[in-house]
Amino acid sequence: MSSAPALEVADLHVYLGESHVLQGVSFAVEKGGVTALLGRNGVGKTTTLRALLGLVPRSRGTVQIDGENATQLPTHAIVRRGVGYVPEDRDVFAGLTVEENLRLAVRVGDGRYDLVYELFPELRQRGDQRAGTLSGGQQQMVAIARALLNDNALLLIDEPTKGLAPALVTDVAVALERAAELSTILLVEQNLGVAKRLAEHVVVLDGGRVVHEGAARELFASPQRVQQLLGVHGAGH
Amino acid sequence: MSTFVLLTITGLGLGAMYFLVASGLSLIYGLMGVLNFAHGAFITFGAYAAWWLTTQISTSFEGELLAATAFGLAAGAALGALVEFVFIRPLYRRPIEQVLVTVGLALSLGALVFGIWGADPQIFPVPDWMFDTTTILGANIPNDRFVEIGVAAIVLVGLVSFLRFTRAGLIIRAGVENRSMVTALGIDVRKTFTFVFALGGALAALAGVLSGIYFGSVDPGRGTSLLIFAFIVVVIGGFGSIGGSAVAAVVVGLVQQYANYYVADWLDWSGAGDVSVMLLLATVLLLRPEGLAPKVAH
Repeated sequence: MSSAPALEVADLHVYLGESHVLQGVSFAVEKGGVTALLGRNGVGKTTTLRALLGLVPRSRGTVQIDGENATQLPTHAIVRRGVGYVPEDRDVFAGLTVEENLRLAVRVGDGRYDLVYELFPELRQRGDQRAGTLSGGQQQMVAIARALLNDNALLLIDEPTKGLAPALVTDVAVALERAAELSTILLVEQNLGVAKRLAEHVVVLDGGRVVHEGAARELFASPQRVQQLLGVHGAGH
Repeated sequence: MSTFVLLTITGLGLGAMYFLVASGLSLIYGLMGVLNFAHGAFITFGAYAAWWLTTQISTSFEGELLAATAFGLAAGAALGALVEFVFIRPLYRRPIEQVLVTVGLALSLGALVFGIWGADPQIFPVPDWMFDTTTILGANIPNDRFVEIGVAAIVLVGLVSFLRFTRAGLIIRAGVENRSMVTALGIDVRKTFTFVFALGGALAALAGVLSGIYFGSVDPGRGTSLLIFAFIVVVIGGFGSIGGSAVAAVVVGLVQQYANYYVADWLDWSGAGDVSVMLLLATVLLLRPEGLAPKVAH
């Protein structure tokens, strides 16, 4: 394993239409554990993940994965470097069954079904069910499972607890803790309780730029700083 | 009764050709978002490729037809793949330019066929037994109608099985729903695009060959006339849906045939079939604008 960061982003600029959403985002994600990408609504967190994968066009900047330049690679080639993606809106294939959604995600070998079914046993029972008929929580399980099926070194996970009932939030957090034992995770999360529980490092965006980087513990130890950077009180629950 | 049976089976034969054209068109749009106006040129090109081969070889009618069909399919698939690779691939995310280039290709390929073989229809060699008739419920049905219906049924079963049971089919079904998420799973969807264009080209060519059997000839305008109705079938069936296209093709073929006979006879009006199909399209767009089976390849 190289000593390079799992992910290194430098001077990333993205325009969506006329809007200059990312204005020179730079940060690094060291190998191991969870780095939380935080910020108020609309500051460019989701766009950052999508830009890393080439799902939105980058006008400037570089992306390095495990020390290798991935800036010019198409999305599928970036993913094949060992990057798993859990999108904000889950984006399960509604017309496909749960089993088909999972099978489609397996890139090499047989896929880590044992791990997936250990974390989400419900998916085994619902293999023949169309993903579009699942509840929001079950769809989130499928979305996370797709990323865990492959031996990905880096996982980009976008708001995995968004819209979930509290009990399911805990289930997802437990699954992500297990995933973090196997992969490096860059996590976009609005639920600060979950971010505090999982993250060792934080990167805070505001106005399309990185305004804070550091240890999660230090940030969450300062309610004033959390309020200043994220516009919320304390570290949630 | 015999007239009704004849119209029904003839309508199904026509629907079979519409289905073959519409299925490729539907998958291409559903997966790639490309409105392929060059699809009619694939039909004409495939039909002429098949006809040309029959002028170069001399065996039994059946042997010629089989060889010509295989050659037409290969030519259609090659043309489809070439068009995707050379013209469409550089224009993804530029839909206006895509429309312009496919319209340009349709015009130029049509003009090419016209320039080489002229405007006159070319007689398509058909085995004698296809000209014969089979009597069903008092109606004398030309045997070629059963060939067209049978081929379309085999293609339908084959396509549905392919989409359902193969990994390539799984990728297409997923891609029709959400192309960018397929790429985010590490799948090079561009290869699938080329494959789908080649498949669409082959199916269009097959429709061209069957139209040669149905009409007994091929002509430079064949693709354009079939394409118009295929677009209607795709809109009614729902973009990206093979099953929807099959149902819509049957309905359009039957409506056209019934109206051409009953309404035209009643009103003494020869355009009744085409106008009835347009009315059907308008009705579906008003009541169910997303089509019978929207945005799911199955």
